[in-house]
Amino acid sequence: MDAARRALLPTEEAVALLDLTTELAEKELAPRVSEYEEAHRFPRELFRVLGRSGLLGLPYPEQYGGGAQPYEVYLQVVEELSRHWLAVGMGVSVHTLSCHALAHYGDERQKERWLPDMVGGELLGAYCLSEPAHGSDAAHLGTRAVLDGDEYVVDGTKAWITHGGEADFYTVLVRTGEHGARGITALLADAQTPGLSAAPPERKMGLRSSTTAQVRLEGARIAAERRLGAEGQGFAIAMDALDAGRLGIAACAVGLAQAAFDAAVSYARDRVQFGKPIIEHDGVGFLLADMATRLEVGRAGYLAAARLRDLGLPFTRQAAAAKLYCTDAAMQTAIDAVQVFGGYGYTTDFPVERYLREAKVLQIVEGTNQIQRRVIARALVR
Amino acid sequence: MKIVVLVKQVPDTWAEKRLDPDTLTVDRASVDGLINEMDEFAVEEALQLAEKHGGEVTVVCMGPEGATDAYKKALQMGVDKAVFLTDPALAGSDAVGTSYALAQVLGTLEYDLVILGSEASDARTSIVPALLAERLGLPQLTFASKVEVDGTSIKINRQTDYGHDVVEAGLPAVVSVVEKINEPRYPSFKGIMAAKKKPVQTLDAAAAAIDTARVGAVGSWSKVLDATVTPPRSKGTIVTDEGSGGVELADFLATKKFV
Ligand SMILES: Cc1cc2nc3c(=O)[nH]c(=O)nc-3n(C[C@H](O)[C@H](O)[C@H](O)COP(=O)(O)OP(=O)(O)OC[C@H]3O[C@@H](n4cnc5c(N)ncnc54)[C@H](O)[C@@H]3O)c2cc1C
Repeated sequence: MDAARRALLPTEEAVALLDLTTELAEKELAPRVSEYEEAHRFPRELFRVLGRSGLLGLPYPEQYGGGAQPYEVYLQVVEELSRHWLAVGMGVSVHTLSCHALAHYGDERQKERWLPDMVGGELLGAYCLSEPAHGSDAAHLGTRAVLDGDEYVVDGTKAWITHGGEADFYTVLVRTGEHGARGITALLADAQTPGLSAAPPERKMGLRSSTTAQVRLEGARIAAERRLGAEGQGFAIAMDALDAGRLGIAACAVGLAQAAFDAAVSYARDRVQFGKPIIEHDGVGFLLADMATRLEVGRAGYLAAARLRDLGLPFTRQAAAAKLYCTDAAMQTAIDAVQVFGGYGYTTDFPVERYLREAKVLQIVEGTNQIQRRVIARALVR
Repeated sequence: MKIVVLVKQVPDTWAEKRLDPDTLTVDRASVDGLINEMDEFAVEEALQLAEKHGGEVTVVCMGPEGATDAYKKALQMGVDKAVFLTDPALAGSDAVGTSYALAQVLGTLEYDLVILGSEASDARTSIVPALLAERLGLPQLTFASKVEVDGTSIKINRQTDYGHDVVEAGLPAVVSVVEKINEPRYPSFKGIMAAKKKPVQTLDAAAAAIDTARVGAVGSWSKVLDATVTPPRSKGTIVTDEGSGGVELADFLATKKFV
């Protein structure tokens, strides 16, 4: 983190936290990322290392073992982790998202019972909204939950679940009532629930060290006391969580873009063609200037939205705009980074081809960028 | 159990270092200081023993004014309190002087066990643990790759070239550890915040009853007479392969006696 960004951190505590994050990222993440990505290996033990340092519950209250950090600070931790290893940064963001429903909609008894373990660092969470047939149109999800005595019996398939099969708990959106958004309810399922199982992980273009798998619920019985909020409140809970989650993805995107940018600048300073470093050819220099500009604007954008959230003000539109802008910026920056490296950039000897493959997913997850535009446009109608 | 762990602040091993031309010691002001790596293993071992047997861990550090990073790191990792010995008179102390100064500080504390790293990455003499034990009149158990404490006695695996010896002694004792012994923890975010509120006692030479004639450059038994900077790496030889590259490579290796 450069001196200018450090100077803008709001507290001494935030500086210490970001320094710790950098130390962990440099010592634990950077040496392993290439190997794990290539082997499709999920770094479960590294999440424990981060958890023991307090990084898996940052925005939640201290009372439950969280770090009581504003989003402005928590997101920069996600960015810093993503700069070294996107799958880990995104994993922290998804885990944080999976705790959101309980932390914000659970009652006191529920929070006291489950939240300390969930944010305590040893456990990992997953967030289950998408289904094979209902992605963008999540309001029509079909996983059914029927109350039987004091348990919900759940049947259906959740798709694309980050940490599917690895997680210790799942926040699951199910249908308990009528068609559409108003029939949806949020449940907090333990991974050990009989009838809950994960399919073999998807084989992905990038982000291979992050497990993405379908989660099947076959007659899974989830205690009614594990319902978060009221019946029918689930969609509102899911969207509220996604507003925050989208800021996480924006931060991931800026971290990835920073990595691609740093690699490109350092290569362009060293690589000589036509008798001078390629950075001194305007065609390359201007490409790098555009990358630098997108980075500054993107980071400022997600931080502005985060500050609104920290003040308790509405931020849905700003979060959608930040997610849209930062992930498109990361995509373009990764493309340009490969260009700066020329033929070398197209080989697996350098990380920029991986950044390119990884950037793409950020334009898809937590609402595709078409959906972000839809969110922004709808906010403009009213 | 009361444990004292000793840590030293050293210049970053990876940073470019400069010798002060007047004193022929490392110019510590010009590089980032951090905790001696081996000492992190000592801190970890102290914390693990305290967690297992109950008790309190105190970190003791001697260093120039402002060299606070090393003991702060120990506090962040979970050590309960710190004693920082700093006095201009201590500058330039050799191992003999250092062991005397540390022994004097330990004389002001209560402890069952003293743990330290088996060497510092700047001087690499590995002699302070033994000197210190001698001065304190305590058994020394050095180069420990495993430590077990049982009531009033201690048993270690002492790492050797051929494997390890098992060494036993009664407490109190002085133990130096090697890197194999454990996996030092990272501080937690909360540990970092909590460390700011932990007690730190700063002592000067007088407060530790240190006779300043026995420490510092003046009191040292050894003197650095001369020092030479490592010559910069010479440029490599580039051989353009025009059919005879393999032979030239073999010749090169032969002149360097590699083949
Ligand atoms: C690696 C990865 C991890 C994921 N992790 C999770 C997770 O942890 N939890 C979870 O619940 N989900 C997760 N997802 C799912 C992700 O959120 C969905 O893939 C995404 O919401 C899009 O849904 P879909 O794939 O079904 O695409 P579809 O909804 O079928 O969309 C296909 C295309 O149509 C466009 N489109 C759809 N509707 C409209 C419209 N109204 N206007 C304009 N264009 C439209 C989309 O933008 C897209 O381009 C993950 C996905 C991936 C790839």
